[in-house]
Amino acid sequence: MSTPLSVPRIRAPRTAKLGEIVEIRTLMEHPMETGLRMEAGRTVGRDMLTRMIVRANGEILLQAEFRNGTSANPYHVFFLKIAGTTDLDIIWLDESGRSAKAQARIAV
Amino acid sequence: MTQTSRRGFLIGAVALVTVPWEAIASDDAVVAAVREQIGAAEIIDGGIALRVPTVAENGGQVPVSILVDTPQNDESHAIAIHVFATRNPTPGVTSFRLSPKLARAEVQTRIRLAQDQQIIVLAQMNDGRVHRVVADIRVTTGGCLS
Repeated sequence: MSTPLSVPRIRAPRTAKLGEIVEIRTLMEHPMETGLRMEAGRTVGRDMLTRMIVRANGEILLQAEFRNGTSANPYHVFFLKIAGTTDLDIIWLDESGRSAKAQARIAV
Repeated sequence: MTQTSRRGFLIGAVALVTVPWEAIASDDAVVAAVREQIGAAEIIDGGIALRVPTVAENGGQVPVSILVDTPQNDESHAIAIHVFATRNPTPGVTSFRLSPKLARAEVQTRIRLAQDQQIIVLAQMNDGRVHRVVADIRVTTGGCLS
C-alpha cells in the first residue's frame, strides 16, 4: 500500500479565448479495488481512491467523491468557462492517505 | 430479478412496469443511500439529461454523461450530482460537488454495474430542489465481482 499513486493525466487546451467554454478531461490509473472481488479463490484487498478535487486559480471548481461503483482508472470530463488565464490544480486522494496531483495552465 | 425484498409491496409484475420508482424505493439499501445524500428533500422527476448505453457490454466501465438542465451561475446552479445503482452490492456510486463557476452542470464519468439494473441520478439545486432521472441498463458482463 505504500507504493506511490500513478501519475494522473489531464487534457486541457493550452490557450483559450475569454468567455470560451473548454473541455477538461482527467484520467487517473488506479485499480479501485472494492474488497468485494475474488481472484483465484481469494478476496483482493480494498484499495480505493476517495476523492478528486479540482481547483481553478485556487478555488474549488468540482469535487468528486468515489464510492464502490466508480470504475477502475477513474475518467472524468467537465467544462470550464474561461474568465482569464486559469491554473488548474487537481488532486486525487486515497483511503490510505496517499495523494497525486496534476496541474495545467490555460492561457488567455 | 428477485421479488423477495418487495413482498407485500407489489401486487404483481404489472405494478413493476407501471410504477418503477416505487419498485426501486422498496429496496431499503437504495433508499438509505439516497437519503444519506439528500436528507428528507422531496424529489422532482426530470430536469436532467442522462446519457448511458441501454446495453453495457462491460459492466466494469459503463460511460455515464449527466447534464442538469440549469444555468450554472450564482443565482441558479446545481450544487451536487449523485449517482446510485439499484442492484450493485453497494448502491452508492459517486457524488459530485459543483461550483457555480463551472461552465455548465455537466459531468461525464465511468461506473461499475454488477448486473441488469437501474441507475438513479439526483441533482441538488442551490434552492433546495432535488431532481431525479432513472435509466434502465442491461449488463452483459458484470463489473463488480469479476
